[in-house]
Amino acid sequence: MASDTSKQQGRPGPEMGHRPPLLSVRELGVALQTRGGNLQLTQNISFEVGAGERVGIVGESGCGKTVTGLALLRLLPARSMQVSGKILLDGTDLLRLPGRQMRAIRGRQVAMIFQEPMSALDPVFTIGQQIGEAIRAHFPVGAREARERAVDVLDRVGIPLPQRRHDEYPHQLSGGMRQRAMIAIALACQPRLLIADEPTTALDVTIQAQIIELLVKLSSEAGTALLFITHDLGVVAETCERVLTMYAGQVVEDAPVEDVLVRPRHPYTSALMRSLPNLSVPKSVLPSIPGRVPNALAMPAGCRFAPRCAHARPACGRAQDALPVGADHRVRCARFDELELPGTAA
Amino acid sequence: MSVPLLQAEDVLVQFPAPGQAPIRAVDRVSFSVAANETFGVIGESGSGKSTLGRALVCLNRPDAGRILHDGADPFALTGRAFRAHRRNYQIIFQDPNAALNPRMTILDSVCEPLEILGEATAAARRDRARAMMDRVGLSGSYAGRYPHELSGGQKQRVNIARALTVRPKLMVCDEVVAALDVSIQAEVLNLLAELQGEFGLTFVFITHDLGVVSHVSDRIAVMYLGKIVELGPAARVRHAPLHPYTEALLSAEPSALPAAMRTRERIVLHGEIPSPADPPSGCRFRTRCRFAEPRCAVDAPAFREVQPGHFAACHFVDQLTLQGPAS
Ligand SMILES: Nc1ncnc2c1ncn2[C@@H]1O[C@H](COP(=O)(O)OP(=O)(O)OP(=O)(O)O)[C@@H](O)[C@H]1O
Ligand SMILES: Nc1ncnc2c1ncn2[C@@H]1O[C@H](COP(=O)(O)OP(=O)(O)O)[C@@H](O)[C@H]1O
Ligand code: SF4
Ligand code: SF4
Ligand SMILES: [Mg+2]
Ligand SMILES: [Mg+2]
Repeated sequence: MASDTSKQQGRPGPEMGHRPPLLSVRELGVALQTRGGNLQLTQNISFEVGAGERVGIVGESGCGKTVTGLALLRLLPARSMQVSGKILLDGTDLLRLPGRQMRAIRGRQVAMIFQEPMSALDPVFTIGQQIGEAIRAHFPVGAREARERAVDVLDRVGIPLPQRRHDEYPHQLSGGMRQRAMIAIALACQPRLLIADEPTTALDVTIQAQIIELLVKLSSEAGTALLFITHDLGVVAETCERVLTMYAGQVVEDAPVEDVLVRPRHPYTSALMRSLPNLSVPKSVLPSIPGRVPNALAMPAGCRFAPRCAHARPACGRAQDALPVGADHRVRCARFDELELPGTAA
Repeated sequence: MSVPLLQAEDVLVQFPAPGQAPIRAVDRVSFSVAANETFGVIGESGSGKSTLGRALVCLNRPDAGRILHDGADPFALTGRAFRAHRRNYQIIFQDPNAALNPRMTILDSVCEPLEILGEATAAARRDRARAMMDRVGLSGSYAGRYPHELSGGQKQRVNIARALTVRPKLMVCDEVVAALDVSIQAEVLNLLAELQGEFGLTFVFITHDLGVVSHVSDRIAVMYLGKIVELGPAARVRHAPLHPYTEALLSAEPSALPAAMRTRERIVLHGEIPSPADPPSGCRFRTRCRFAEPRCAVDAPAFREVQPGHFAACHFVDQLTLQGPAS
């Protein structure tokens, strides 16, 4: 019964460090068109996800995590949102694909799951019908084979009595089972990248542990890369190999998880870690981050974190570029080299 | 010894279920809370935490057993005496919007409880409300604003101010920081701790977040399917749990420590919390317990004091070696 969900089982060996990127995001930005003009919600987002790699995205709410995830799949409303930059999947820019080709990729190559499974599941179709539909959209299979595959994937995501659950409706399942069902739909076509937006936030810790174990297992068995959006650093630490910290629409740090937990280079990443209550002495005053994430209408001209940063200096009034810390670590802070910032282990 | 501020004696709260036996959401729980204490309650969704919290402030009437406030049964009071008494026992909820009327200004919302009590003049009420808003970190410029203009953390401050204007003795905080970002969560937790010192408040702190509950609590009660399965000093419950369910909860908490500092083996609890309409026989946790034995299906374990002040309900509590959390 005692089992190990730690990252060891799916951790890349040294040889995997040079995997060619599956996904390469370059200067991605999302602008909201309003009557008052364009509002830049996210900007200059560049990162890569290797084949089979598990990457986390953390940050407070409103930092642009969801918008980024939706942009990758071109799920943002085209009428009101403008996406710029490049989203290269195996070298092909998704932003330039005709709608039909994009639909062929969505679900088949890249799939997405959300925090609230009820909003993604259709209440009038059975779980099995919804998985079958996903499969038949991409594979030329008959009803019988679709059913077999659907039952098989339900079984793989750990749903007991998959034959029976296949014919049940979403409302007949508990929250944890619905989340599994959504994962089943997403994984039915064996995508190469799964984008998971807060998939465990609404769940109990016990069920969260099950879902995390499942995602890590499925990702390492099938080589599915994972982009795991969450505000929970603990979830990232237990799931991912690399983590992007987002702040006010930008990626401010991109680093291997183990490195950043020990020594974050961006004051925001460090501050997020230090505000976790379980890392402080019980009853002590918790370190918090004064102020709030600025909104797109009032973005500071220089470093976006400066108004809340304990280490701000006049030089921080310039816009910050993403600077290399090492081969696989980048940070948007001019002072990164002089600062000794505490991580979770401090 | 003085009388505890709050006592629960064998409290049962049930809800009717069509066509079957009623759901025993809180099933015979007993504990007491001392003045100025923070009493934490954790457990999975559906374990009965909110139902218990509501009963503690007289929003649910126990179907059996008693709630005692300062040693007296509030349900023995009627009419005005009951209402006057209840002001001392406030509750705030997870959803910062739930208690706020979207069409009322922040100041009016904070004034409202005093108004309902018909306390003081309108001008004096507003002064008190403004002072309390100031105290919780909402400057005067927020007075005329509406809830939709505030962030989640600010709305939660409004709710705290609202509950505090009537100067309660006890406040039940039901998942009050669950919807907030960690940084904002830290601010609200700091604020609550300050207010506790300043106003001599007693807290019952309901949360599913182990990090939060261990940070704020003096003692922690762990609930499972309507029962308290473990109760003890916060540090003991967190670092030396006695009940297999507590062990599993602690183990499930994701840890943000580097891998080398995560010592324990993860215990993943299988399955989900069973329906309270049809709880397992014997020990309710047995369907998910890694130590369950045949006896567990037959006899319900007694809730007993295993170490001074540290209680648990498990047949094998003296024999088991349980692991603590990751950090
Ligand atoms: N008004 C009600 N009518 C019927 N059943 C109810 C009612 N309120 C709660 N219950 C049931 O009582 C049980 C305990 O619910 P309760 O809300 O107290 O749990 P909880 O521990 O607070 O859960 P959560 O963590 O989800 O808030 C559940 O089975 C719930 O469905
Ligand atoms: N549909 C939308 N219309 C307008 N603004 C939006 C929309 N979705 C998100 N935003 C804005 O974009 C920013 C980033 O939001 P989001 O990606 O949801 O953040 P996160 O997922 O990090 O919490 C926020 O300022 C948010 O208010
Ligand atoms: S650039 Fe300056 S203000 Fe920005 S994070 Fe670094 S130290 Fe803080
Ligand atoms: S009584 Fe039995 S089933 Fe219940 S917690 Fe103890 S060992 Fe587990
Ligand atoms: Mg989001
Ligand atoms: Mg509740």
